[in-house]
Amino acid sequence: MVTSVTSFGRSGLYDWLIQRVGAVVMAAYVVFICVYIATNPELTYEQWHALFGQLWVRVFSLVTLLSFITHAWIGLWSVLTDYLTERLMGGKATVLRILAQVLLGGVSVTYLVWGIEILWGFK
Amino acid sequence: MNKKRPVNLDLSTVKLPITAYVSILHRLSGVFLFAGVAVLLWMLDSSLDSQESFAAVRDASNNPVFKFVLWAVLAGLAYHTVMGIRHLLMDCGLGESLEGGKRGATIALVLAIVLIALLGVWVW
Repeated sequence: MVTSVTSFGRSGLYDWLIQRVGAVVMAAYVVFICVYIATNPELTYEQWHALFGQLWVRVFSLVTLLSFITHAWIGLWSVLTDYLTERLMGGKATVLRILAQVLLGGVSVTYLVWGIEILWGFK
Repeated sequence: MNKKRPVNLDLSTVKLPITAYVSILHRLSGVFLFAGVAVLLWMLDSSLDSQESFAAVRDASNNPVFKFVLWAVLAGLAYHTVMGIRHLLMDCGLGESLEGGKRGATIALVLAIVLIALLGVWVW
């Protein structure tokens, strides 16, 4: 099958685990940001700048972004292999799906590079 | 694999239970968030770049169109997170029965709607 070769870990169990580990990381990050914003209602640029100036916050943010990309790849792979199928789309299904996955890959790499630039690029 | 095996899953002829709607929305919110995260990255980028661009994010959050976009992204995130936590609980064996699944879906849906409403209050 041409489906499994485009999955993230080439194994359903591995994908399942990666997606869940990433989910826990992202949930922790969402709670962290929400608590920070809720406890600092009059947030200033200086405070925000200092928060992201700390190495651990940058690393936490980058790990969250990596989790997002892998989690999204696994999730969108499931969606694409469910709907861009020969039964629903006819003979061009595989070509369409590979094109969609190349596009998603391009967006993912853009997000990653942009994210690194944001986190390590500001003065 | 036998490609000629019979398939009969015309969803429009099947009455879907709440668990199905909750699951379809989980997928849709996930697809939506893949695009929506660009808004959050833009906000992070501008808020860190300089004092002026930080103020620009503040100003943008007073714009009604931007308010709506931000609320939509946060609503998608809230829904997907609540349903994701339900998934993790089910992976641990909680609410896996037919009745438990329906109850879990209802509780998660109510929780998500409350969170989305609260986010609306916060954004506006």
